[in-house]
Amino acid sequence: MSTCPIPDSSTAPRRFLRFLAPLMLLPLSACNFVVMNPAGDVAVQQRDLILISTGLMLLIILPVMALTVLFAWRYRKSAENPDYDPDWDHSTSLELIIWSAPLLIIICLGAITWTSTHLLDPYRPIERIDASRKIAPNTKPLEVEVVALDWKWLFIYPELGIATVNELAAPVDRPISFKITSSTVMNSFYVPALAGQIYAMPGMQTVLHAVINKPGDYEGFSANYSGAGFSHMRFRFHALDQTGFDRWAATVKADGQALDRPTYLKLEKPSEKDPVRRFATVDATLFNSIVNLCARPGQRCMSDLMHIDAMGGAGKESAKDVEGLRHDAHDGSDPLEKGALQKEPEEKGSSPHLLKDSDKAPPGKTPTGHQHDNRDMTMNMDGMSAHHPSDASAPAHTL
Amino acid sequence: MSDSYTLAKIIFGRLTWESFPIHEPILIGTFIMVLIGGVGVVGAITKYKLWGYLWTEWFTTVDHKRIGIMYMILGLIMFLRGFADAIMMRLQQAMAFNGSEGYLNAHHYDQVFTAHGVIMIFFVAMPMVTGLMNYIVPLQIGARDVSFPFLNNFSFWMTTSGAVTVMMSLFVGEFARTGWLAYPPLSGIAYSPDVGVDYYIWALQIAGIGTLLSGVNLVATIVKMRAPGMTMMKMPIFTWTSLCTNVLIVAAFPVLTAVLALLSLDRYAGTAFFTNDFGGNAMMYVNLIWIWGHPEVYILILPAFGIFSEITSTFSGKRLFGYTSMVYATVVITILSYVVWLHHFFTMGSGASVNSFFGITTMVISIPTGAKIFNWLFTMYRGRIRFELPMMWTIAFMLTFTVGGMTGVLLAVPPADFVLHNSLFLIAHFHNVIIGGVLFGLFAGINYWWPKAFGFKLDTVWGKRSFWLWAVGFWLAFMPLYILGLMGVTRRMRVFDDPSLQIWFVIAALGAFMIAAGIACMLMQFYVSIRDREKLRDTTGDPWDGRTLEWATSSPPPDYNFAFTPVIHDGDAWSDMKKRGYQRPLDGFRSIHMPSNTGTGVILAGLSTAFSVGMIWYMWWLAGLSFVGILAVAIGHTFNYKRDFHIPVEDVVRTEGERTKLLATQG
Repeated sequence: MSTCPIPDSSTAPRRFLRFLAPLMLLPLSACNFVVMNPAGDVAVQQRDLILISTGLMLLIILPVMALTVLFAWRYRKSAENPDYDPDWDHSTSLELIIWSAPLLIIICLGAITWTSTHLLDPYRPIERIDASRKIAPNTKPLEVEVVALDWKWLFIYPELGIATVNELAAPVDRPISFKITSSTVMNSFYVPALAGQIYAMPGMQTVLHAVINKPGDYEGFSANYSGAGFSHMRFRFHALDQTGFDRWAATVKADGQALDRPTYLKLEKPSEKDPVRRFATVDATLFNSIVNLCARPGQRCMSDLMHIDAMGGAGKESAKDVEGLRHDAHDGSDPLEKGALQKEPEEKGSSPHLLKDSDKAPPGKTPTGHQHDNRDMTMNMDGMSAHHPSDASAPAHTL
Repeated sequence: MSDSYTLAKIIFGRLTWESFPIHEPILIGTFIMVLIGGVGVVGAITKYKLWGYLWTEWFTTVDHKRIGIMYMILGLIMFLRGFADAIMMRLQQAMAFNGSEGYLNAHHYDQVFTAHGVIMIFFVAMPMVTGLMNYIVPLQIGARDVSFPFLNNFSFWMTTSGAVTVMMSLFVGEFARTGWLAYPPLSGIAYSPDVGVDYYIWALQIAGIGTLLSGVNLVATIVKMRAPGMTMMKMPIFTWTSLCTNVLIVAAFPVLTAVLALLSLDRYAGTAFFTNDFGGNAMMYVNLIWIWGHPEVYILILPAFGIFSEITSTFSGKRLFGYTSMVYATVVITILSYVVWLHHFFTMGSGASVNSFFGITTMVISIPTGAKIFNWLFTMYRGRIRFELPMMWTIAFMLTFTVGGMTGVLLAVPPADFVLHNSLFLIAHFHNVIIGGVLFGLFAGINYWWPKAFGFKLDTVWGKRSFWLWAVGFWLAFMPLYILGLMGVTRRMRVFDDPSLQIWFVIAALGAFMIAAGIACMLMQFYVSIRDREKLRDTTGDPWDGRTLEWATSSPPPDYNFAFTPVIHDGDAWSDMKKRGYQRPLDGFRSIHMPSNTGTGVILAGLSTAFSVGMIWYMWWLAGLSFVGILAVAIGHTFNYKRDFHIPVEDVVRTEGERTKLLATQG
């Protein structure tokens, strides 16, 4: 990122921004402050909110800090101040001020919080493209289904029937509607330039609505620690104009392969530093089955169980019918299906000191190759065509 | 499977040779250092025949003062460990750029940041806060000891047992790789099958018992054992904040115990509270742990507020401004701390109304907190401020904490939190309030009350060096993190892609090294002060012209604290006594009823450690035996009827006579 557009925002926050400008003259150019200088309308409003709230609070913080220094200096012992009054400990009017001044600020801030939280609720569909443009009626948002896998991101575009790994693309100025879930543990889906984050959780679906206003190549990542491969759980977000996006979709269509269940199950296994991967077709029910924890054959979908429960349950006998309800310890050979107290002595295994270099995967994980210095992480590329990011069809506009 | 294999598994569980880090140079080095240090200490104790003394005078003591000091020592030792983790993280993050993996692999690094958080909160901040409360509260309210002296000893040793368990994980097996709150499903058996999370669970469960019991103890002490005349609204403000903190402990820690118990059931009994299997729900864990976790931060900060109040008033030479509003502010914070927990996970998908409710309740806490800051300001106003070390820490706190408070309120705005959550901005924020608030408060308190505990002041030269290194080092270490957070850099990252970030991590690492120098100066301060104790000696018992009751007795106070229980007429009891020309009673002493020492606490805590080891390593026989042992010793202790004794009147007369002579020498 070499150049940096001036943020396009309403005038009030811009004044704050000027106020903060000297801060940004530090060794780096302002464009590194992606949170302060985002490219999507939602993130811009969130930035404005940070500036407004900070400004409001400085109204009280700065006087307090100044008074601290002033009083500390003015009433130092060596100054022998003549108005020393060791028994002065109460003043109703002062008490009134010290309780009401913060109260007033919090009332303002509380009002801003209430409205902005509702307006910027990630579940609320986008109502404007940016500060000056309303959304055209009947605009259909681009739907993207996001799955946080160990340790990579899967993006499914149901409308286009394509899917990608560690690469997200969207047209500018068109609302995007993300449905987000995770395959195993908690993650957080975050593209700072686009909008705030939201957790990706297994067995659950969260939603994020956003719109990107400037073409560019942005960074996205998981913002919630999820295990050994977490640091590399990053992807690029390409914001393209409509033709660029169509071209990109066409490339995916043209040279990818199919994402069916078996491919997904292979993909789902833990791996890190995964290259970009593209799939020309995708099983239309895949996302739903991931959310309902039934992507693997033989698993029973949570939605079905909830339906049964809603109809009054399946009776006492069904309590024994639990086989399809395992998700975490799916591998039949895995002794971890039991709690520790239920294990036979032989099943206790060993808990190694995991700092050592070994070519063994952590229990419960896939054994791996050793091509990387970061031991026991996998590169499960077997049988899949991989795209190195550099030979991916580069987005037209790179900032 | 051969029979001998099965037998080995039954005896040693999952402990094998592989569990020892014999191939890890960093740990081998550390282990050798610890070994040399340990052998040195043990050797010295043996050589000077101190074992008996340590056992009878310290380990088995039920004296709240000695237990308080032991808590502080425990906190200090664990602080060095926790800080070593911090330095390792700062180094790793400063190095891991441009394709470099740094020097820590994921397994090591992830343990380091987990251990850092766990140790700093549970085994540094908590013991130190508890230690100060233990030492000061009974003195401030004119009591002989706490309500339940044996329980106090037991609590301390349980906390120590937890600390020992955490330290053990460094050399045997591993610690959790989950982050300090061990969110499932990651902390579940399927994704963390090894001993790390079990170390985490049992260390916190055992230490949690200690914390809870010490909370019960101090609440009972403050409610029931105040000197005659000390009504609630005449209690010193530190005692008030301690009361609120301990009420919080009693109400919050059972939640932690329960949620960790549920997690252990998932791990040990195959239940599905927080798993993905069988419709478990990890969000419940996140809610429960923060229902404990948010009050926890007020458990830490409230006593610090109390310390600052005492110090500001003492060193300004004035009564505390707005005592009543200070008390109400404390109580309001106590209550509000229970209705804000959801602000730790606005990003978990709650509706806008829920998020804004918790956002606004969080902001409301800043009102009483703001009132407190104003109260300190107006205590300084028209005072004559002596800039001794405790007051310097207090001023540094007021300037630092306001910034941390501001960024905290900013994070309470849900849409702002969406972009700042889990970022280094958040890390900077809570270090800003925990270091700038709790730690500065503890340092202020240590400098303030050291003369009370040991009879001599702390050296100011090294104290000031330490102060400036800390104050500047803190800003240097954490301002870059605020900046990085605004660049969208998230927490717990081990390696980085963007080389332009490196400079900030390097600055932060420099700040961390400055803090390291500050810690070294602090250790020097202790050493120099102990060496020069005769020069720094305070014989008055009241070196700062104090205002509260702890300054009325000698330094260090006699075992029985006060020969006669004082009668209180004013909030600043000792100031009031001095003003009214109080004369120390010189005769009419009587024998004093005191609790007896007991080794039961040490034994129970030792058995608890064995129980933890058994549970962690699946050595069920050990867990079972030690559990039975715990019950047997606990029941056996109830048959111990030698629980108290009387200090003979001659001893009291002698002790008080010595003090009279000492006071007379200085006129």
